[in-house]
Amino acid sequence: MSGYERALDLVTRVRGVRGAMLVSAADGLVVAEQLMEGIKGSAVAALAGSLANRLARAMGAGGIGATLFWHLQCSAGALLVVPAPSGVLIVAVADTEVNVGLVRLELLRAAELVG
Amino acid sequence: MTTRAVEAWTLAPLKGFVGEASARLVLLMTPAGQVLAQHGFTRALDVMSAAALSTAIVASTTEIARQLGEPPFAALTHQGERHGIFLANAPTHQGIVVVLVVYDLDVSSIGLVQLFFEQLRTELHAASPKTGVPKQVLAADFERQLSDSLDTLFGR
Repeated sequence: MSGYERALDLVTRVRGVRGAMLVSAADGLVVAEQLMEGIKGSAVAALAGSLANRLARAMGAGGIGATLFWHLQCSAGALLVVPAPSGVLIVAVADTEVNVGLVRLELLRAAELVG
Repeated sequence: MTTRAVEAWTLAPLKGFVGEASARLVLLMTPAGQVLAQHGFTRALDVMSAAALSTAIVASTTEIARQLGEPPFAALTHQGERHGIFLANAPTHQGIVVVLVVYDLDVSSIGLVQLFFEQLRTELHAASPKTGVPKQVLAADFERQLSDSLDTLFGR
């Protein structure tokens, strides 16, 4: 099993996670993915990449350093993201009742694996 | 930034794409280099150069694909330090439309451009008139048609 697959496994094994992806932040392209049917990976990757770049600029303008974790809670689920130092985003798509703390922990571990 | 079209049916899909993908420059043209619509260009000369170069690239890559026994390449992407270029075909009822997109890496990405290009393809196909034969440009009419198109594209 490759490092990328192991990283995604860490996230997808959490109950309530519907999928996990590694996304190139600069390009908004999918590097690797494990998604349930019905989730359009390329769209999530493109929009998450765009959002990550805008957030990074906002954080920079605010002088509060780099983004470590973001959590977008929506009416039917949540998007959770941790940027890895290599420029890869680890993205989780989750249900509303997911344990956010546990997903965050696994996303951070996955980011360490991805490097 | 101005968005103008010679072929009116291309305008709404183009405006939607530009807004969604945050593209800097977009050119819609036929494989022969006739410009159908443009966004962001300020000089006629730039449009003419971009159209000529883009259609030449499409012709070259189509020929390479043919020699490899492959169907024509779906899209071509180049990424520079500050800008990226995306070139692809969109089939419509009026024939193939070649789409050139130039985007700033600061505000957009290849992922976003690819994502919304799929929507543009669908919308162009749906918007293109089913009736009527696509206009063929004869060599004798080329200069006049080019001049008319540029007048429309730059609001002269």
